[in-house]
Amino acid sequence: MLGDLGAEVIKIETRSRIDSMRLSPDNLDKEPDKDPWFHSGVRNQLSITLDMEQPKAIPLLKNLIKMSDVVIENFSPKVMKQHGLDYPALKQVKPDIIMISLPATGHFGPLRDAQTYGPSLTGLAGVDGLVGYYGERVLGLQQAYADVNSALHGAFTVLAALYYKKRTGKGQFIEMAQLETVVSIAGEAVMEYVMNGKVLGTMGNYYPTMCPHNNYRCAEEDKWISIGVKTEDEWKAFCQAIGDPAWTKDEKYADKYSRLRNRNELDRLVTEWTSKLNYYDATEILQKHGVAAAPCLDTEARFFDPHLQDRKTYLEVDHPTTGTDFIANSAWALSDNPTEIRYRSPLLGEHNKYVFKELLQMADEEMAQLEADKVIY
Amino acid sequence: MSDKALTGLKVVELAEFIAGPYCGKLLADFGAEVTKIEKPTVGDEARQRGPFPDRLPDPEKSGLFLYLNTNKLSITLNVETATGRNILKEILKTADVLIEDRPPAQMEALGLNYESLHKVNPALIVVSITAFGQSGPYRDYKGYAINASALGGQTACAGEMGREPLTPPLCLGHYQSGVAGATAAMGAIFAREASGKGQHVDISEAQVWATLHTGNQESSFIMHGMKRMRWGHRTPGVYPYTILPCKDGFMSMIAIQGYQWKRFLEMIGDGQVPEWYSSDPRFGDRREISLKYADEMDGRLAPWLTAHTKAEIYRLCLEKRVPFAPVRNMAEVVNDAHLKAREYFVEVSHPVAGTFKYPGAPGRLSETPWAVDSPAPLLGQHNEEIYCKRLGYSKEKLEALRTGGVI
Repeated sequence: MLGDLGAEVIKIETRSRIDSMRLSPDNLDKEPDKDPWFHSGVRNQLSITLDMEQPKAIPLLKNLIKMSDVVIENFSPKVMKQHGLDYPALKQVKPDIIMISLPATGHFGPLRDAQTYGPSLTGLAGVDGLVGYYGERVLGLQQAYADVNSALHGAFTVLAALYYKKRTGKGQFIEMAQLETVVSIAGEAVMEYVMNGKVLGTMGNYYPTMCPHNNYRCAEEDKWISIGVKTEDEWKAFCQAIGDPAWTKDEKYADKYSRLRNRNELDRLVTEWTSKLNYYDATEILQKHGVAAAPCLDTEARFFDPHLQDRKTYLEVDHPTTGTDFIANSAWALSDNPTEIRYRSPLLGEHNKYVFKELLQMADEEMAQLEADKVIY
Repeated sequence: MSDKALTGLKVVELAEFIAGPYCGKLLADFGAEVTKIEKPTVGDEARQRGPFPDRLPDPEKSGLFLYLNTNKLSITLNVETATGRNILKEILKTADVLIEDRPPAQMEALGLNYESLHKVNPALIVVSITAFGQSGPYRDYKGYAINASALGGQTACAGEMGREPLTPPLCLGHYQSGVAGATAAMGAIFAREASGKGQHVDISEAQVWATLHTGNQESSFIMHGMKRMRWGHRTPGVYPYTILPCKDGFMSMIAIQGYQWKRFLEMIGDGQVPEWYSSDPRFGDRREISLKYADEMDGRLAPWLTAHTKAEIYRLCLEKRVPFAPVRNMAEVVNDAHLKAREYFVEVSHPVAGTFKYPGAPGRLSETPWAVDSPAPLLGQHNEEIYCKRLGYSKEKLEALRTGGVI
C-alpha cells in the first residue's frame, strides 16, 4: 500500500527461507517467482536477498535502515530482538526511524508466543464464530482477513507516524497485534456483550434492521443476487419491482418487524421471483426501482464485470515468468495521484545490484564475496 | 491533552453509520480534530442502531455510535437547506479533510460535489466512501454492505455450495472502507505538501473487497484458471485448513507446514502419529487429503476433538507449538487474560450512556499513544463551540438557525 502511494519499498527476503507468499496454495508451479498471490500483492516493491541468520547481514541491514524512513516487520516477537534489530537497537542507528511490528497476538501478554495463521486469528478475535448459516455450525470467513485488515490499519498508522515526524522530527515504534486490530473492527459485537452480556452466534445473512436482506438464487447455475431492503419506501419499491404479487399485501409482511419474524417464508417468495431471472437483469430491475441489489460475483464474473472493468479494478502488467498478469488495483482511487504499477512484482533478489551497489555503495568484490558466503542469498 | 500523531489536522465528517465514521474515528483517535455533522433532531443513523443498554433505545446510548464516534465533536446542520450548505462551505474553508458518504448524484444536486468544494477550498481533501464509487456504470446504484461484498466477491467465498452465499457479518466491509479512506487521505495529505492542492479520494466498498481481500484470486484465475468457491468450513489446497467441532465449540485448525501437522497428530496419538494415519498411503499428500479425503479426515479427528474442550486443546496446542486456535465468542474475547494483560479494552465514561469497556487501540504508538480523551458527543453538543466561538455567530443567530430547522 505504501508502495502504491509512491514510497520506495525494499523487501528483504532470503533463499534460505522463501517468503510463504511466494509459495502460496495457488502456486501450482512451486516456483517462487511465479506465484499468483505474490504477483498481485507484492508489487511496487523491490526485492533484495539478504539472510538475516548470517551475522554479516546485520550491519548491511542497519546501513540500509539508516537511509530509510520506515521499517516494517511481522516476525514472531523474539526474532528482531535476537538479531539485534529491535526498535531500541534501530533507534541507535537512526534516531527518527519509524518501526512497525505486526505480530499475531502482540509483543507481550500470555499469548505472545502463540503461533497462528491469519484465518485462525479471526476465530480467536470473535469474528469467525458469527459466520455460518443462522443458528447452524460455524463456517468462518475462510480468508486471511486478519492479515489484510492489519496491513491496512498498519499502512494508515505508519502514515500517521510520518505526519508526526514531519511536524516534530521524532520517529516512533508501532506495535500492531493482528488479534487486536480484528477486535477493533468488531465493535458492534463487543458492545452487545459489554452492554447486555449478549453473545452473538452464527448470523447467516440475517440483519436485525433490514428485511429482505439475503442472497437469492437466480436463473443460472450457482448465480445469486444480494438484496437489501431497509426502509418502508424501499419495501414498496421492491414490491413494485417484482410486479406487486398478491402475497406482498399479506399482513405478515406489512412492516419490517413482521417481515423479520416471517423472513424464511418471505425469502422463499422472493426466490420465486429471482430464480427466474439472470442475476444482472434482476439487479437492473431492482436498481431502477431504487432497491439496493448487486450480483454475487465469483472470481471469473468479477473479471468480466463492466463496472469493475470501468474502474480499472484489475490492472494488466507484464511479468517475465507469465507474460501477462492481471493484478488488483489499490483499494482507493486518488484523483490526482492514481495508482501506477511502477514496479511489477519483483523476482527474488532482482534489485540486489541497485540496493547493494548504488544505495550502499558496495564494491564489486565485496558483493561477490557476500554472495559466495551466502549472506546476500 | 498530550501531543498526538495527527494533532493539528482538521477533519469534517458528513457521514453516518459505520464506514465514514470509522474513517473519522481513526483520524480522531490519533489526534485529528474531527467535527461530525449530523442531521438535526435525528442525527447519525448509528444512534438508532444500538445495541442499547438494557435494550432501551435511546439515541445517546447506541453502542455502535458510542464506539465509532469517540474523540469527535458533534454539530447539527441541515445541508438540504441552502443556508445549511453555505454554513458547511464556511466550515470547510479551514478544514483539511472532508469525509462524506452520500450518493454521488445527491452531492452533485446539492452543489457539494468535489469540483464545487474545490473552489471553496483548493487545499481540501475530499474522501468519498460509497458502495460502488464515484465512477463506473453502477455509480448511481444503491448499495448496502451486503451488496458491496456481493459485487466485490467476498460473499462468493463464504458458505456451502448449493446454498446461498454468506455475506460477512457486522458490516465488515464498512470498516475496511473506513480504513482505506483514512489511509488514502493520509496519502493525499502528503501529496498536498508538494502540490499545495487537495484532491478527491474515491473509496468504493466493492472495490475494497475486490482488491484487498479477493484481488489475488484474479491473478490465480488468469494464471491457472482457478476459481474460488464456497467450501463450507474448510479451504482446499492443504489439510488441515478447516474449522471443526470439539466438546464445547469449534477449533480453527490450519497447518501450512508439515511439521505443524505432525505435532498435532502426535498430540492426539500420545506422542506418536496414530497408526490409522501413518499406515494409510492416501494420507501422504496433504493436498490430496484436502481434495479427496477431507470428510473422512474430519471424521477420523472427531473422536479426539469432541472429547476435549477448546481450552484443553488450545493449551496443548500452545505447549506443542501447533498453530490452531479456538473459535471464541465475544464473552471469551472480552474476558481474555491476554487482552487483559495488554490492557486492550479501555473503559469509557459517557454522561448519558454510562461506563463501558470499548475496543482499544488498533495499533500502539510509542511516542503518541492512541487514547480516548473524550467519549462520543451528544447530538449537537458542540454547536455553540463551533458556531459561536469559531464562526462568530451570535446566540441570536444560532437560535434563529435552530428555529429555522438549519441546525
